[in-house]
Amino acid sequence: MPQVTLSVNGKSHTVEVEGRTLLVELLRERLRLTGTHVGCDTSQCGACVVHIDGESVKSCTILALQADGTQVTTIEGLAKPDGTLHPMQEAFREYHALQCGFCTPGMVMAAIDLVQKHPAGLSEKEIREGLEGNLCRCTGYHNIVKAIAAAQDVMHGRRSELARAEAAE
Amino acid sequence: MYDFAYHKPTSVADAVKLLAADPDARPISGGHTLLPALKHRLNKPSSVVDLSGIAELKGIRREGDRIVIGAMAKHKEIAESAEVQAAIPALAKMAGSIGDIQVRNRGTIGGSVANNDPAADYPAAVLALGATVVTSKRRIAADEFFQGMFTTALQPDELLVAIEFPVPQRAGYAKMRNPASRYVMAGAFVAKIADGVRVAINGAGPGVFRQKAMEAALSANWSPDAVANIKQPADGLNSDIHGSAEYRAHLVTVMAKRAVADAG
Ligand SMILES: Cc1cc2nc3c(=O)[nH]c(=O)nc-3n(C[C@H](O)[C@H](O)[C@H](O)COP(=O)(O)OP(=O)(O)OC[C@H]3O[C@@H](n4cnc5c(N)ncnc54)[C@H](O)[C@@H]3O)c2cc1C
Ligand code: FES
Ligand code: FES
Repeated sequence: MPQVTLSVNGKSHTVEVEGRTLLVELLRERLRLTGTHVGCDTSQCGACVVHIDGESVKSCTILALQADGTQVTTIEGLAKPDGTLHPMQEAFREYHALQCGFCTPGMVMAAIDLVQKHPAGLSEKEIREGLEGNLCRCTGYHNIVKAIAAAQDVMHGRRSELARAEAAE
Repeated sequence: MYDFAYHKPTSVADAVKLLAADPDARPISGGHTLLPALKHRLNKPSSVVDLSGIAELKGIRREGDRIVIGAMAKHKEIAESAEVQAAIPALAKMAGSIGDIQVRNRGTIGGSVANNDPAADYPAAVLALGATVVTSKRRIAADEFFQGMFTTALQPDELLVAIEFPVPQRAGYAKMRNPASRYVMAGAFVAKIADGVRVAINGAGPGVFRQKAMEAALSANWSPDAVANIKQPADGLNSDIHGSAEYRAHLVTVMAKRAVADAG
């Protein structure tokens, strides 16, 4: 069987896979990193979004072998070892940007890539357009958009702390 | 998905050898069309040949009065390319409008053009700009390349290597997206190039096609009004739950008008 060697959340792994094994299957079933979800398996919902070499991608539409030699980051790789959440995770918590939570790992990973690619900051409209590849069946998106808007200020160093949800109302 | 062997050659010659040796082998570039199709078990390749390790297929460059885009250029790279933005802004904008960020981070122009989905974006730009498709064997004019729904002049062991776009005097694109799938219901790419005016319509028919009546009208008078009264016949256009052939025919005129306005 072919082998794939890749780094996931900073840790190197070498795993035997089939040609058809998807990256998301490698992550969930072999490495037991079940934070990355499969919502549709048809490349549409974005629940499976992870970063490959810093770019957000749908891990249900990439062969594990295509990720050979890359650095993958999943939702499990965001918080600090002491449990401190990434500013985007913290913002999702603070702004109640999730209900059932199924879409959340993909939303957070997509949102981090979106914010990182726009150092000048994103308008509400740009945030909404940037989430085109992520579907949420619960929240109606409003609080997700607010969370991302708040997180970008912290990620770009414009605020040292997240604006409280109440204060933003 | 059925299982398959996986190869990752580092040259076009080696990739072609793998494809020629096995008629059931398939190239994979971004995989954002092929993998969804394989999940549906729509076909059963014995092996996939990953093109992402081939340096010859990468890159975007200006060569004189042409923009040459390698088959493996991703939608994101085309959207953000300073060369494309300067020479063919309508093409950069089109690339940035495909799917979503994650699709644009993986999908390639070579995969899209080789696939020739009637609702895909790039084929309209390739046809309207009179681009040349460079393959591992030959050079193919856009007019000969697209041969109807999911069909092109490519042979099974022939790789799309690059696309050469002549830099137009003007070019514009407009599309009506299906509100759910976001694929094109009807789109129009209009271009004024050295050889004259060309108009390509995507999404509306079973394959991308040229709208000659609009080309003639725009040659005489380059303005949105010139196409406003040209009716696209509904005969042979797509008709499905998303819209009738008559509706798509109507959209063709509206999109052509917007595309001319977009071109300025
Ligand atoms: C959610 C979603 C939304 C999308 N929205 C749009 C949209 O709005 N507009 C749009 O145009 N597209 C859209 N797409 C399609 C997307 O742009 C695909 O990436 C593209 O059509 C195929 O490119 P690929 O690199 O992924 O090709 P692949 O899937 O790797 O390959 C596609 C086909 O081309 C063949 N092939 C690939 N490369 C070559 C080559 N160099 N030479 C010969 N044959 C080759 C493969 O064997 C396969 O048959 C969408 C896709 C998804 C998943
Ligand atoms: S599970 Fe990958 S996009 Fe839905
Ligand atoms: S919180 Fe339930 S799908 Fe988004």
